Amino acid sequence: MQLFCTESSGMKRSEVIEEISKCDGLLISNLGFPSRELYATCDDPKNFYMLGSMGLTSSIGLGVALSQNKRVYVIDGDGSILMNLGSLVTIAHHAPDNFCLIIIDNKVYGSTGNQPTYTSEKADLVMTAKAAGNENAERVKNISGLRDALKKFSKQSAVIIAETEPGNEQVPVIPYDPVEIKGRFMGEIKKGKSVK
Amino acid sequence: MVDKLVVDSLESSGIDIILSVPCDMLSGIILEIKRRPIQHISVCREEEGVGIAAGCALAGRKPMLLMQNSGLGNSINALMSLTYFYKLPLFILMSHRGGQGEKILAQVPMGKAAPLLLDTLNIDFVTIKNTDDLEELETFIKATFKGSGINAAFLYRELWHEAK
Repeated sequence: MQLFCTESSGMKRSEVIEEISKCDGLLISNLGFPSRELYATCDDPKNFYMLGSMGLTSSIGLGVALSQNKRVYVIDGDGSILMNLGSLVTIAHHAPDNFCLIIIDNKVYGSTGNQPTYTSEKADLVMTAKAAGNENAERVKNISGLRDALKKFSKQSAVIIAETEPGNEQVPVIPYDPVEIKGRFMGEIKKGKSVK
Repeated sequence: MVDKLVVDSLESSGIDIILSVPCDMLSGIILEIKRRPIQHISVCREEEGVGIAAGCALAGRKPMLLMQNSGLGNSINALMSLTYFYKLPLFILMSHRGGQGEKILAQVPMGKAAPLLLDTLNIDFVTIKNTDDLEELETFIKATFKGSGINAAFLYRELWHEAK
């Protein structure tokens, strides 16, 4: 079976995460290695590290975006969004202008042993996002493309599909307990007094 | 009338966003919610509602999930590994399907299992069978958002029949 239907991008997930962590806003990161890589790159109270509930990253981010004014960046994965494709429909309908969903599409379930997902074959997440009604849906294959897309959509609801190589960094497990992660994150929201 | 009273209770208990999946028994309540200022988001699947509700709770809001009890089955992992794990407040209001007067037999197994599942998950719940119970519902919802856990309520079919 062919693992990649498109030519390999050469971009690493950790590079995408590092770039997103430079953005001014709140970050919701998917469970497993994405959260661990974000923690290792730039641990900050503005990061909400998911530790369970696979599939719900984009939904949590939508809830946060609908409830306060700071920009919300969601770091999701292909395997995760495939578990909750309905979320793309709900996001398209409500489309808060402070919401940016970045789906890192490495075409594998990277935290469980690199089993291929269906995006390695026929499924196209940009077309899926657009068909769900998300007008601002774009594919990026390198860091400058990602930077451009983040800038272009900086004041609009957007879905960015960042195609990367599979593979995880050697990063530590997040040392915080869930209530600590929540407390830090909620403190960060309150700080700006930005509740809608 | 019953639907209006239920939504009155939700409003005065402080719920400020409702995530819902429709149910025939809840159709009047959902229509009534749409007439009120309270924010309402219809979700594709109940588990998705649990995720959105968690995000809202992180921003200090008081979310409620509105669904039939079959939706509980679709939500359990999220309720445990997200809402419960991070100690986020959530109120779940469910129509109790599969009880007396149920015409759809497929609802019966989950109707029987739902209260037992809540017990297993350590989720406290009240049962609402007539409009007098709505006062208890209101108190229970208020208590939910003074804490940081999940509470639930079942709306029984009798609630509408009693009123007629």
